[in-house]
Amino acid sequence: MRYSDEHVMLHTQRDTRISRFKGWVLVLVPLAAILFQVYIPLFFQFLAYLELPLIVTVYFALMRRSPIGGLLVGAIVGLAQDSLSKNPLGMFGITKTIIGYVAASVGQRLDVDHPLIRLILGFFFFVFHQFIFWVLSRALLGQQMNFETQRTLVLGLLNAIVAVSLFHFLDKLKERT
Amino acid sequence: MDTLLNRYRNITVLLLVIFAQLILLAYQVKNDKDVRLIRLAAVTAVTPLARAIETVRGGTDGFLQNYVLLRDARSENGRLRSELGKLKLENQFLRTELGTADRAKALGVFEARSPSKMIAARVIATATGASASAVFVDRGSTSGVEKGMAVVTPDGIVGKVLASYPTASQVLLATDPGFAAGVVSQKNHVRGILKGQGHGNCRVDYVQNEEKVETGEWFYTSGDDRIFPKGMQVGRVTVARAGNPFQEITLDPIGLANGVEEVLIVLEGVHQEIPEFKTAAQPMYIAPPVPGAAKEAQPVSASGPNRAPALTTDADKITTRYREIGAEQGHKFGENLPGSKPADFNVEPNAEPKAGEKAGAEAKPRADGETPANQRPPNAKPPAGVSPSPRSPVSPSQPKAASPAQPKPPQ
Repeated sequence: MRYSDEHVMLHTQRDTRISRFKGWVLVLVPLAAILFQVYIPLFFQFLAYLELPLIVTVYFALMRRSPIGGLLVGAIVGLAQDSLSKNPLGMFGITKTIIGYVAASVGQRLDVDHPLIRLILGFFFFVFHQFIFWVLSRALLGQQMNFETQRTLVLGLLNAIVAVSLFHFLDKLKERT
Repeated sequence: MDTLLNRYRNITVLLLVIFAQLILLAYQVKNDKDVRLIRLAAVTAVTPLARAIETVRGGTDGFLQNYVLLRDARSENGRLRSELGKLKLENQFLRTELGTADRAKALGVFEARSPSKMIAARVIATATGASASAVFVDRGSTSGVEKGMAVVTPDGIVGKVLASYPTASQVLLATDPGFAAGVVSQKNHVRGILKGQGHGNCRVDYVQNEEKVETGEWFYTSGDDRIFPKGMQVGRVTVARAGNPFQEITLDPIGLANGVEEVLIVLEGVHQEIPEFKTAAQPMYIAPPVPGAAKEAQPVSASGPNRAPALTTDADKITTRYREIGAEQGHKFGENLPGSKPADFNVEPNAEPKAGEKAGAEAKPRADGETPANQRPPNAKPPAGVSPSPRSPVSPSQPKAASPAQPKPPQ
Protein backbone atom coordinates (compact mmCIF):
# COMPACT_ATOMS: atom_id res chain seq x y z
CA MET A 1 0.00 0.00 0.00
CA ARG A 2 1.35 3.39 -0.98
CA TYR A 3 0.76 6.52 0.99
CA SER A 4 1.06 10.05 -0.19
CA ASP A 5 1.44 13.12 1.96
CA GLU A 6 -1.72 14.60 0.44
CA HIS A 7 -3.74 11.64 1.65
CA VAL A 8 -3.30 12.34 5.34
CA MET A 9 -6.54 14.24 5.81
CA LEU A 10 -9.85 12.57 4.99
CA HIS A 11 -11.90 14.91 2.84
CA THR A 12 -15.10 13.02 2.27
CA GLN A 13 -17.34 10.67 4.16
CA ARG A 14 -16.48 8.08 1.52
CA ASP A 15 -12.88 8.11 2.65
CA THR A 16 -13.91 7.10 6.15
CA ARG A 17 -13.68 3.38 6.07
CA ILE A 18 -14.91 1.71 9.23
CA SER A 19 -12.94 -1.40 10.05
CA ARG A 20 -14.82 -4.31 11.53
CA PHE A 21 -13.51 -7.03 13.76
CA LYS A 22 -14.81 -10.38 14.86
CA GLY A 23 -16.16 -10.68 18.37
CA TRP A 24 -13.34 -12.90 19.64
CA VAL A 25 -10.78 -10.36 18.44
CA LEU A 26 -12.46 -7.59 20.43
CA VAL A 27 -12.39 -9.78 23.55
CA LEU A 28 -9.14 -11.67 23.25
CA VAL A 29 -6.84 -8.88 22.08
CA PRO A 30 -7.53 -6.55 25.04
CA LEU A 31 -7.37 -9.55 27.41
CA ALA A 32 -4.03 -10.59 25.94
CA ALA A 33 -2.77 -7.02 26.28
CA ILE A 34 -3.73 -6.95 29.97
CA LEU A 35 -2.24 -10.41 30.52
CA PHE A 36 0.94 -9.24 28.88
CA GLN A 37 1.09 -6.30 31.24
CA VAL A 38 0.61 -8.39 34.37
CA TYR A 39 2.75 -11.37 33.43
CA ILE A 40 5.65 -10.46 31.19
CA PRO A 41 7.22 -7.83 33.51
CA LEU A 42 7.86 -10.67 35.96
CA PHE A 43 10.67 -11.76 33.68
CA PHE A 44 11.46 -8.58 31.75
CA GLN A 45 10.94 -5.71 34.13
CA PHE A 46 11.61 -3.01 31.55
CA LEU A 47 8.53 -4.16 29.64
CA ALA A 48 6.36 -2.86 32.48
CA TYR A 49 6.57 0.52 30.78
CA LEU A 50 4.82 -0.84 27.72
CA GLU A 51 1.18 0.30 27.83
CA LEU A 52 -0.30 -2.41 25.63
CA PRO A 53 -3.88 -1.88 26.91
CA LEU A 54 -3.62 1.74 25.85
CA ILE A 55 -2.23 0.85 22.43
CA VAL A 56 -5.04 -1.66 21.88
CA THR A 57 -7.66 0.87 22.99
CA VAL A 58 -6.28 3.48 20.63
CA TYR A 59 -6.18 0.97 17.77
CA PHE A 60 -9.79 -0.15 18.10
CA ALA A 61 -10.99 3.43 18.57
CA LEU A 62 -9.06 4.66 15.54
CA MET A 63 -10.15 1.82 13.33
CA ARG A 64 -13.81 1.72 14.25
CA ARG A 65 -14.06 5.50 13.99
CA SER A 66 -16.99 5.52 16.38
CA PRO A 67 -16.63 7.81 19.42
CA ILE A 68 -19.16 5.84 21.45
CA GLY A 69 -17.55 2.54 20.52
CA GLY A 70 -14.12 3.98 21.30
CA LEU A 71 -15.09 5.30 24.69
CA LEU A 72 -16.80 2.03 25.62
CA VAL A 73 -13.74 0.00 24.64
CA GLY A 74 -11.62 2.44 26.65
CA ALA A 75 -13.90 2.25 29.68
CA ILE A 76 -13.96 -1.56 29.71
CA VAL A 77 -10.22 -1.97 29.19
CA GLY A 78 -9.52 0.75 31.75
CA LEU A 79 -11.78 -0.76 34.38
CA ALA A 80 -10.23 -4.18 33.81
CA GLN A 81 -6.83 -2.59 34.25
CA ASP A 82 -8.05 -0.86 37.41
CA SER A 83 -9.26 -4.16 38.80
CA LEU A 84 -5.75 -5.54 38.61
CA SER A 85 -4.07 -2.46 39.99
CA LYS A 86 -3.84 -1.00 43.47
CA ASN A 87 -5.74 2.13 42.39
CA PRO A 88 -9.41 2.72 43.07
CA LEU A 89 -11.64 1.58 40.22
CA GLY A 90 -12.12 4.34 37.70
CA MET A 91 -8.69 5.90 37.43
CA PHE A 92 -7.61 4.02 34.31
CA GLY A 93 -11.27 3.76 33.36
CA ILE A 94 -11.84 7.52 33.06
CA THR A 95 -8.44 8.03 31.42
CA LYS A 96 -9.00 5.42 28.74
CA THR A 97 -12.60 6.51 28.20
CA ILE A 98 -11.35 9.95 27.24
CA ILE A 99 -8.54 8.47 25.14
CA GLY A 100 -10.98 6.18 23.32
CA TYR A 101 -13.30 9.04 22.57
CA VAL A 102 -10.57 11.37 21.35
CA ALA A 103 -8.90 8.62 19.30
CA ALA A 104 -12.16 7.76 17.55
CA SER A 105 -12.78 11.45 16.85
CA VAL A 106 -9.29 11.78 15.39
CA GLY A 107 -9.83 8.62 13.36
CA GLN A 108 -12.79 10.26 11.68
CA ARG A 109 -10.60 13.07 10.38
CA LEU A 110 -7.20 11.51 9.68
CA ASP A 111 -6.02 8.64 7.57
CA VAL A 112 -4.91 6.39 10.39
CA ASP A 113 -3.48 3.78 8.03
CA HIS A 114 -0.51 6.01 7.48
CA PRO A 115 2.47 4.72 9.54
CA LEU A 116 3.74 8.20 10.30
CA ILE A 117 0.31 9.26 11.53
CA ARG A 118 0.18 6.11 13.63
CA LEU A 119 3.58 6.89 15.11
CA ILE A 120 2.59 10.44 15.99
CA LEU A 121 -0.77 9.36 17.36
CA GLY A 122 0.83 6.59 19.41
CA PHE A 123 3.22 9.10 20.93
CA PHE A 124 0.52 11.73 21.48
CA PHE A 125 -1.96 9.38 23.11
CA PHE A 126 0.64 7.91 25.47
CA VAL A 127 1.65 11.37 26.70
CA PHE A 128 -2.00 12.43 26.87
CA HIS A 129 -2.86 9.27 28.83
CA GLN A 130 -0.08 9.86 31.33
CA PHE A 131 -1.10 13.50 31.71
CA ILE A 132 -4.76 12.72 32.35
CA PHE A 133 -3.80 10.04 34.84
CA TRP A 134 -1.49 12.47 36.61
CA VAL A 135 -4.22 15.12 36.78
CA LEU A 136 -6.76 12.63 38.12
CA SER A 137 -4.31 11.34 40.72
CA ARG A 138 -3.68 14.81 42.02
CA ALA A 139 -7.21 16.14 41.73
CA LEU A 140 -9.28 13.16 42.80
CA LEU A 141 -6.97 11.15 45.03
CA GLY A 142 -4.79 13.96 46.35
CA GLN A 143 -1.60 12.05 45.54
CA GLN A 144 1.54 14.16 45.29
CA MET A 145 2.79 12.61 42.07
CA ASN A 146 5.37 14.29 39.90
CA PHE A 147 4.86 14.45 36.17
CA GLU A 148 8.21 13.31 34.82
CA THR A 149 8.17 15.02 31.45
CA GLN A 150 11.44 13.72 30.06
CA ARG A 151 10.72 10.14 31.05
CA THR A 152 7.19 10.34 29.69
CA LEU A 153 8.43 11.64 26.34
CA VAL A 154 10.99 8.86 25.98
CA LEU A 155 8.49 6.20 26.97
CA GLY A 156 5.97 7.78 24.63
CA LEU A 157 8.37 7.34 21.75
CA LEU A 158 9.06 3.72 22.65
CA ASN A 159 5.36 2.98 22.97
CA ALA A 160 4.69 4.69 19.65
CA ILE A 161 7.25 2.48 17.89
CA VAL A 162 5.69 -0.61 19.42
CA ALA A 163 2.24 0.71 18.51
CA VAL A 164 3.13 1.01 14.82
CA SER A 165 4.32 -2.61 14.75
CA LEU A 166 1.34 -3.86 16.72
CA PHE A 167 -1.14 -1.94 14.56
CA HIS A 168 0.37 -3.59 11.52
CA PHE A 169 -0.18 -7.00 13.09
CA LEU A 170 -3.72 -6.16 14.23
CA ASP A 171 -4.60 -4.99 10.71
CA LYS A 172 -4.43 -8.61 9.69
CA LEU A 173 -7.25 -9.45 12.11
CA LYS A 174 -9.68 -7.06 10.43
CA GLU A 175 -12.68 -8.53 8.72
CA ARG A 176 -12.36 -8.35 4.96
CA THR A 177 -15.20 -6.52 3.26
CA MET B 1 -35.38 17.26 20.09
CA ASP B 2 -34.25 14.17 18.24
CA THR B 3 -31.90 16.26 16.16
CA LEU B 4 -30.43 17.80 19.28
CA LEU B 5 -29.88 14.41 20.88
CA ASN B 6 -28.35 13.03 17.73
CA ARG B 7 -26.10 16.02 17.42
CA TYR B 8 -24.75 15.75 20.96
CA ARG B 9 -25.12 12.01 21.37
CA ASN B 10 -21.41 11.24 21.45
CA ILE B 11 -20.48 13.87 23.97
CA THR B 12 -23.51 12.99 26.11
CA VAL B 13 -22.50 9.35 26.28
CA LEU B 14 -18.93 10.37 27.06
CA LEU B 15 -20.05 12.59 29.91
CA LEU B 16 -22.39 9.91 31.25
CA VAL B 17 -19.69 7.24 31.25
CA ILE B 18 -17.18 9.57 32.91
CA PHE B 19 -19.77 10.69 35.44
CA ALA B 20 -20.61 7.08 36.29
CA GLN B 21 -16.96 6.29 36.88
CA LEU B 22 -16.51 9.44 38.93
CA ILE B 23 -19.34 8.33 41.21
CA LEU B 24 -17.73 4.91 41.47
CA LEU B 25 -14.43 6.54 42.35
CA ALA B 26 -16.01 8.91 44.85
CA TYR B 27 -17.82 6.04 46.55
CA GLN B 28 -14.56 4.14 47.01
CA VAL B 29 -12.56 7.12 48.21
CA LYS B 30 -15.20 8.50 50.56
CA ASN B 31 -16.17 5.20 52.18
CA ASP B 32 -12.70 3.73 51.91
CA LYS B 33 -14.36 0.66 50.45
CA ASP B 34 -13.60 -1.34 47.39
CA VAL B 35 -16.02 -2.46 44.73
CA ARG B 36 -15.10 -6.04 45.28
CA LEU B 37 -17.35 -7.59 42.67
CA ILE B 38 -15.61 -5.95 39.71
CA ARG B 39 -12.14 -6.74 41.02
CA LEU B 40 -13.15 -10.29 41.87
CA ALA B 41 -14.38 -10.83 38.32
CA ALA B 42 -11.20 -9.43 36.80
CA VAL B 43 -8.86 -11.34 39.08
CA THR B 44 -10.82 -14.55 38.67
CA ALA B 45 -10.66 -14.13 34.91
CA VAL B 46 -6.98 -13.29 34.71
CA THR B 47 -5.25 -15.29 37.43
CA PRO B 48 -6.19 -18.77 36.11
CA LEU B 49 -4.76 -17.74 32.76
CA ALA B 50 -1.62 -16.35 34.38
CA ARG B 51 -1.30 -19.49 36.48
CA ALA B 52 -1.76 -21.70 33.43
CA ILE B 53 0.87 -19.78 31.52
CA GLU B 54 3.19 -19.92 34.49
CA THR B 55 2.62 -23.66 34.86
CA VAL B 56 3.33 -24.25 31.18
CA ARG B 57 6.39 -22.03 31.34
CA GLY B 58 7.61 -23.64 34.55
CA GLY B 59 6.92 -27.12 33.20
CA THR B 60 8.73 -26.48 29.95
CA ASP B 61 11.58 -24.80 31.73
CA GLY B 62 11.69 -27.54 34.34
CA PHE B 63 11.66 -30.27 31.71
CA LEU B 64 14.50 -28.68 29.82
CA GLN B 65 16.50 -28.09 32.94
CA ASN B 66 15.73 -31.41 34.63
CA TYR B 67 15.95 -33.93 31.85
CA VAL B 68 17.86 -32.31 29.08
CA LEU B 69 20.44 -30.09 30.68
CA LEU B 70 21.04 -31.00 34.28
CA ARG B 71 18.93 -34.08 34.93
CA ASP B 72 18.29 -34.06 38.65
CA ALA B 73 20.66 -31.30 39.69
CA ARG B 74 17.85 -28.78 39.50
CA SER B 75 15.55 -30.69 41.82
CA GLU B 76 18.39 -31.06 44.27
CA ASN B 77 19.14 -27.38 43.98
CA GLY B 78 15.50 -26.55 44.62
CA ARG B 79 15.43 -28.81 47.65
CA LEU B 80 18.63 -27.30 49.01
CA ARG B 81 17.36 -23.79 48.43
CA SER B 82 14.13 -24.44 50.26
CA GLU B 83 16.09 -26.10 53.05
CA LEU B 84 18.43 -23.13 53.18
CA GLY B 85 15.50 -20.75 53.41
CA LYS B 86 14.01 -22.76 56.25
CA LEU B 87 17.34 -22.91 58.05
CA LYS B 88 17.85 -19.18 57.60
CA LEU B 89 14.55 -18.47 59.32
CA GLU B 90 15.33 -20.96 62.06
CA ASN B 91 18.81 -19.54 62.43
CA GLN B 92 17.51 -16.02 62.72
CA PHE B 93 15.02 -17.09 65.34
CA LEU B 94 17.69 -18.90 67.34
CA ARG B 95 20.16 -16.06 66.98
CA THR B 96 17.75 -13.50 68.30
CA GLU B 97 16.82 -15.71 71.23
CA LEU B 98 20.41 -16.50 72.09
CA GLY B 99 21.43 -12.91 71.74
CA THR B 100 19.19 -11.77 74.57
CA ALA B 101 19.07 -14.70 76.92
CA ASP B 102 21.28 -17.56 77.95
CA ARG B 103 21.32 -20.66 75.85
CA ALA B 104 19.20 -22.82 78.11
CA LYS B 105 16.55 -20.17 78.45
CA ALA B 106 16.50 -19.52 74.72
CA LEU B 107 16.16 -23.19 73.97
CA GLY B 108 13.38 -23.44 76.51
CA VAL B 109 11.60 -20.50 74.95
CA PHE B 110 12.14 -21.95 71.51
CA GLU B 111 10.64 -25.27 72.55
CA ALA B 112 7.72 -23.63 74.25
CA ARG B 113 6.97 -21.18 71.47
CA SER B 114 6.82 -22.10 67.82
CA PRO B 115 7.80 -19.49 65.21
CA SER B 116 5.29 -17.71 63.01
CA LYS B 117 2.92 -19.85 61.01
CA MET B 118 3.53 -19.17 57.34
CA ILE B 119 2.38 -20.35 53.96
CA ALA B 120 4.51 -20.38 50.83
CA ALA B 121 3.23 -18.57 47.76
CA ARG B 122 4.45 -17.94 44.27
CA VAL B 123 4.33 -14.65 42.41
CA ILE B 124 2.25 -15.15 39.28
CA ALA B 125 1.69 -11.61 38.01
CA THR B 126 2.37 -7.96 38.59
CA ALA B 127 -0.28 -5.31 39.02
CA THR B 128 -1.11 -3.12 36.05
CA GLY B 129 0.33 0.34 35.61
CA ALA B 130 3.72 1.58 34.54
CA SER B 131 5.02 2.00 38.08
CA ALA B 132 3.42 -1.14 39.44
CA SER B 133 4.77 -2.02 42.85
CA ALA B 134 2.22 -4.67 43.61
CA VAL B 135 2.17 -8.31 42.62
CA PHE B 136 -0.27 -11.18 42.60
CA VAL B 137 0.53 -14.43 44.40
CA ASP B 138 -1.13 -17.77 43.85
CA ARG B 139 -2.56 -18.11 47.36
CA GLY B 140 -5.91 -16.63 48.22
CA SER B 141 -8.65 -16.68 50.80
CA THR B 142 -9.19 -20.40 50.28
CA SER B 143 -5.67 -20.93 51.66
CA GLY B 144 -6.40 -18.76 54.68
CA VAL B 145 -4.83 -15.59 53.36
CA GLU B 146 -6.49 -12.40 54.57
CA LYS B 147 -6.10 -8.73 53.79
CA GLY B 148 -3.37 -7.09 55.87
CA MET B 149 -1.20 -10.18 56.38
CA ALA B 150 2.56 -9.75 56.22
CA VAL B 151 4.52 -11.13 53.28
CA VAL B 152 8.16 -12.00 53.87
CA THR B 153 11.08 -14.02 52.59
CA PRO B 154 13.77 -15.64 54.72
CA ASP B 155 15.89 -12.55 54.03
CA GLY B 156 13.42 -9.89 55.11
CA ILE B 157 10.03 -8.32 54.63
CA VAL B 158 8.47 -8.05 51.17
CA GLY B 159 5.13 -6.30 51.63
CA LYS B 160 1.62 -6.87 52.84
CA VAL B 161 -1.54 -8.40 51.44
CA LEU B 162 -3.61 -5.63 49.88
CA ALA B 163 -6.55 -7.76 48.84
CA SER B 164 -7.40 -11.41 49.05
CA TYR B 165 -9.41 -13.24 46.42
CA PRO B 166 -10.33 -16.94 46.33
CA THR B 167 -7.58 -17.95 43.93
CA ALA B 168 -5.01 -15.22 44.40
CA SER B 169 -3.97 -12.28 46.56
CA GLN B 170 -2.62 -8.87 45.71
CA VAL B 171 0.54 -7.94 47.60
CA LEU B 172 1.68 -4.36 48.01
CA LEU B 173 5.47 -4.31 47.88
CA ALA B 174 7.54 -2.42 50.44
CA THR B 175 8.82 -0.11 47.71
CA ASP B 176 5.35 1.27 46.93
CA PRO B 177 4.78 4.86 48.07
CA GLY B 178 1.59 3.73 49.79
CA PHE B 179 3.39 1.17 51.94
CA ALA B 180 4.19 1.84 55.59
CA ALA B 181 5.48 -0.30 58.45
CA GLY B 182 6.84 0.32 61.93
CA VAL B 183 10.58 -0.28 62.19
CA VAL B 184 13.26 -0.04 64.83
CA SER B 185 17.02 0.22 64.45
CA GLN B 186 19.20 -2.52 65.83
CA LYS B 187 21.90 -0.53 67.55
CA ASN B 188 20.18 2.38 69.22
CA HIS B 189 16.59 1.12 69.02
CA VAL B 190 15.46 4.21 67.14
CA ARG B 191 11.86 3.88 66.01
CA GLY B 192 10.47 5.12 62.72
CA ILE B 193 8.02 4.46 59.91
CA LEU B 194 9.24 2.65 56.82
CA LYS B 195 7.80 4.04 53.61
CA GLY B 196 8.26 3.09 49.97
CA GLN B 197 9.46 5.60 47.43
CA GLY B 198 8.29 4.02 44.21
CA HIS B 199 11.72 2.70 43.30
CA GLY B 200 14.36 0.38 44.73
CA ASN B 201 14.96 2.09 48.06
CA CYS B 202 12.73 2.86 51.02
CA ARG B 203 12.93 5.65 53.56
CA VAL B 204 12.44 5.76 57.29
CA ASP B 205 10.30 8.69 58.38
CA TYR B 206 9.66 10.48 61.66
CA VAL B 207 13.10 9.97 63.19
CA GLN B 208 14.21 13.01 65.16
CA ASN B 209 17.49 14.63 64.21
CA GLU B 210 18.77 14.11 67.75
CA GLU B 211 18.50 10.34 67.48
CA LYS B 212 21.51 8.43 66.29
CA VAL B 213 21.23 6.32 63.17
CA GLU B 214 24.35 5.21 61.37
CA THR B 215 24.99 4.14 57.81
CA GLY B 216 25.13 0.38 57.58
CA GLU B 217 22.90 -0.11 60.59
CA TRP B 218 20.13 -2.70 60.34
CA PHE B 219 16.46 -1.96 60.79
CA TYR B 220 14.00 -4.55 62.04
CA THR B 221 10.23 -4.57 62.24
CA SER B 222 9.00 -3.15 65.52
CA GLY B 223 5.64 -4.93 65.55
CA ASP B 224 3.85 -1.65 66.25
CA ASP B 225 1.89 -1.78 63.01
CA ARG B 226 0.23 -5.07 63.98
CA ILE B 227 1.05 -6.43 60.55
CA PHE B 228 4.65 -7.58 60.73
CA PRO B 229 5.82 -9.58 63.73
CA LYS B 230 8.55 -7.83 65.66
CA GLY B 231 12.15 -8.76 64.90
CA MET B 232 12.03 -9.40 61.14
CA GLN B 233 14.83 -7.97 59.06
CA VAL B 234 13.89 -4.96 56.96
CA GLY B 235 17.08 -3.57 55.48
CA ARG B 236 20.34 -1.75 55.90
CA VAL B 237 20.73 2.01 56.08
CA THR B 238 22.44 3.43 53.00
CA VAL B 239 21.98 7.13 53.76
CA ALA B 240 21.39 8.81 57.12
CA ARG B 241 21.61 12.57 57.38
CA ALA B 242 19.94 15.40 59.21
CA GLY B 243 16.86 16.85 57.56
CA ASN B 244 13.98 19.18 58.19
CA PRO B 245 12.06 18.42 60.31
CA PHE B 246 13.14 14.76 60.53
CA GLN B 247 16.20 12.79 59.54
CA GLU B 248 16.51 11.60 55.96
CA ILE B 249 17.15 7.90 56.21
CA THR B 250 17.25 5.66 53.17
CA LEU B 251 17.58 1.92 53.35
CA ASP B 252 17.77 -1.03 51.01
CA PRO B 253 14.92 -3.48 51.59
CA ILE B 254 16.76 -6.76 51.89
CA GLY B 255 13.68 -8.88 51.15
CA LEU B 256 13.41 -7.42 47.65
CA ALA B 257 17.11 -7.42 46.91
CA ASN B 258 17.10 -10.53 44.72
CA GLY B 259 13.72 -10.07 43.10
CA VAL B 260 10.51 -11.64 44.29
CA GLU B 261 9.59 -15.08 43.05
CA GLU B 262 8.54 -17.10 46.04
CA VAL B 263 7.34 -15.55 49.26
CA LEU B 264 5.95 -16.53 52.63
CA ILE B 265 2.66 -15.15 53.89
CA VAL B 266 2.56 -14.88 57.68
CA LEU B 267 -0.74 -16.41 58.77
CA GLU B 268 0.00 -16.17 62.48
CA GLY B 269 2.84 -13.92 63.47
CA VAL B 270 5.15 -14.55 66.41
CA HIS B 271 7.06 -11.59 67.74
CA GLN B 272 10.81 -12.02 68.17
CA GLU B 273 13.40 -9.94 69.95
CA ILE B 274 15.62 -7.58 68.00
CA PRO B 275 19.09 -9.17 67.89
CA GLU B 276 21.51 -7.37 70.17
CA PHE B 277 24.13 -5.29 68.45
CA LYS B 278 27.60 -6.70 69.14
CA THR B 279 29.64 -4.09 70.98
CA ALA B 280 33.13 -4.13 72.49
CA ALA B 281 31.75 -5.34 75.83
CA GLN B 282 32.24 -8.96 74.89
CA PRO B 283 34.38 -11.61 76.64
CA MET B 284 37.97 -10.72 75.85
CA TYR B 285 41.30 -12.50 76.20
CA ILE B 286 43.63 -11.45 79.01
CA ALA B 287 47.25 -12.56 78.78
CA PRO B 288 48.84 -14.38 81.77
CA PRO B 289 50.74 -12.17 84.26
CA VAL B 290 54.48 -11.64 84.32
CA PRO B 291 56.07 -14.83 85.80
CA GLY B 292 57.77 -13.04 88.74
CA ALA B 293 54.58 -11.36 89.81
CA ALA B 294 52.49 -14.48 89.51
CA LYS B 295 52.97 -15.57 93.14
CA GLU B 296 52.24 -12.13 94.50
CA ALA B 297 49.20 -11.76 92.35
CA GLN B 298 47.86 -15.21 93.23
CA PRO B 299 44.10 -15.02 92.86
CA VAL B 300 42.08 -15.78 95.93
CA SER B 301 39.27 -17.31 94.01
CA ALA B 302 39.40 -20.97 93.24
CA SER B 303 41.18 -20.78 89.98
CA GLY B 304 42.59 -23.98 88.59
CA PRO B 305 46.02 -24.30 87.10
CA ASN B 306 44.67 -23.93 83.62
CA ARG B 307 42.58 -20.91 84.36
CA ALA B 308 43.69 -17.45 83.52
CA PRO B 309 44.85 -15.65 86.67
CA ALA B 310 42.42 -13.11 87.92
CA LEU B 311 43.39 -9.58 88.83
CA THR B 312 44.07 -9.18 92.60
CA THR B 313 43.24 -6.31 94.87
CA ASP B 314 44.77 -5.26 98.20
CA ALA B 315 42.02 -7.10 100.03
CA ASP B 316 42.89 -10.26 98.10
CA LYS B 317 46.54 -9.90 99.10
CA ILE B 318 45.66 -9.53 102.78
CA THR B 319 43.36 -12.53 102.65
CA THR B 320 46.16 -14.55 101.04
CA ARG B 321 48.55 -13.46 103.76
CA TYR B 322 46.15 -14.48 106.53
CA ARG B 323 45.66 -17.86 104.94
CA GLU B 324 49.42 -18.41 104.81
CA ILE B 325 49.81 -17.37 108.44
CA GLY B 326 46.95 -19.62 109.45
CA ALA B 327 48.47 -22.53 107.58
CA GLU B 328 51.86 -21.98 109.27
CA GLN B 329 50.33 -21.87 112.70
CA GLY B 330 48.03 -24.80 112.12
CA HIS B 331 44.96 -22.62 112.35
CA LYS B 332 41.97 -23.92 110.53
CA PHE B 333 39.59 -21.18 109.58
CA GLY B 334 36.02 -21.79 110.54
CA GLU B 335 36.74 -24.76 112.78
CA ASN B 336 38.03 -23.15 115.98
CA LEU B 337 35.72 -23.27 118.98
CA PRO B 338 34.58 -20.04 120.52
CA GLY B 339 37.16 -18.79 123.01
CA SER B 340 40.02 -20.76 121.50
CA LYS B 341 43.27 -18.99 120.83
CA PRO B 342 43.37 -17.44 117.42
CA ALA B 343 46.42 -17.47 115.23
CA ASP B 344 48.88 -14.64 115.49
CA PHE B 345 48.29 -12.66 112.38
CA ASN B 346 51.00 -10.14 113.19
CA VAL B 347 53.89 -12.43 112.38
CA GLU B 348 55.42 -12.46 108.97
CA PRO B 349 54.42 -15.47 106.92
CA ASN B 350 57.35 -17.75 106.07
CA ALA B 351 59.50 -15.69 108.46
CA GLU B 352 62.62 -17.66 109.34
CA PRO B 353 63.27 -17.52 113.13
CA LYS B 354 66.74 -16.52 114.23
CA ALA B 355 69.24 -19.37 114.19
CA GLY B 356 69.82 -19.35 117.97
CA GLU B 357 66.15 -19.08 118.86
CA LYS B 358 65.24 -21.83 116.55
CA ALA B 359 67.92 -24.14 117.83
CA GLY B 360 67.08 -23.39 121.45
CA ALA B 361 63.45 -23.87 120.92
CA GLU B 362 64.06 -27.24 119.34
CA ALA B 363 66.82 -28.43 121.76
CA LYS B 364 65.31 -27.70 125.17
CA PRO B 365 61.79 -27.59 126.35
CA ARG B 366 60.60 -24.49 128.01
CA ALA B 367 61.24 -24.06 131.63
CA ASP B 368 57.64 -23.52 132.48
CA GLY B 369 56.77 -26.79 130.81
CA GLU B 370 54.64 -25.09 128.22
CA THR B 371 54.94 -25.83 124.55
CA PRO B 372 55.43 -22.97 122.19
CA ALA B 373 52.33 -21.50 120.71
CA ASN B 374 53.04 -22.84 117.29
CA GLN B 375 53.48 -26.38 118.64
CA ARG B 376 50.29 -26.50 120.62
CA PRO B 377 47.28 -28.25 119.32
CA PRO B 378 45.11 -25.77 117.58
CA ASN B 379 42.18 -26.15 119.94
CA ALA B 380 44.22 -26.10 123.20
CA LYS B 381 43.43 -23.29 125.59
CA PRO B 382 46.18 -20.87 126.31
CA PRO B 383 47.73 -21.07 129.74
CA ALA B 384 46.61 -18.74 132.44
CA GLY B 385 48.39 -15.46 132.57
CA VAL B 386 49.34 -15.63 128.97
CA SER B 387 47.89 -13.02 126.79
CA PRO B 388 45.53 -14.53 124.25
CA SER B 389 47.12 -12.50 121.53
CA PRO B 390 50.79 -12.13 122.24
CA ARG B 391 52.15 -9.33 120.22
CA SER B 392 55.39 -9.90 118.53
CA PRO B 393 57.48 -6.96 117.50
CA VAL B 394 55.76 -5.36 114.55
CA SER B 395 57.94 -4.86 111.59
CA PRO B 396 57.92 -1.45 109.91
CA SER B 397 56.54 -2.97 106.84
CA GLN B 398 53.55 -4.42 108.63
CA PRO B 399 51.98 -1.74 110.78
CA LYS B 400 48.84 -1.57 108.74
CA ALA B 401 48.30 -5.28 108.69
CA ALA B 402 47.25 -5.35 112.32
CA SER B 403 45.37 -2.11 112.36
CA PRO B 404 41.64 -2.25 113.07
CA ALA B 405 40.91 -0.72 109.72
CA GLN B 406 42.07 -3.86 107.96
CA PRO B 407 39.54 -6.47 106.94
CA LYS B 408 39.00 -9.24 109.40
CA PRO B 409 40.70 -12.50 108.64
CA PRO B 410 38.46 -15.28 107.57
CA GLN B 411 37.24 -17.40 110.50
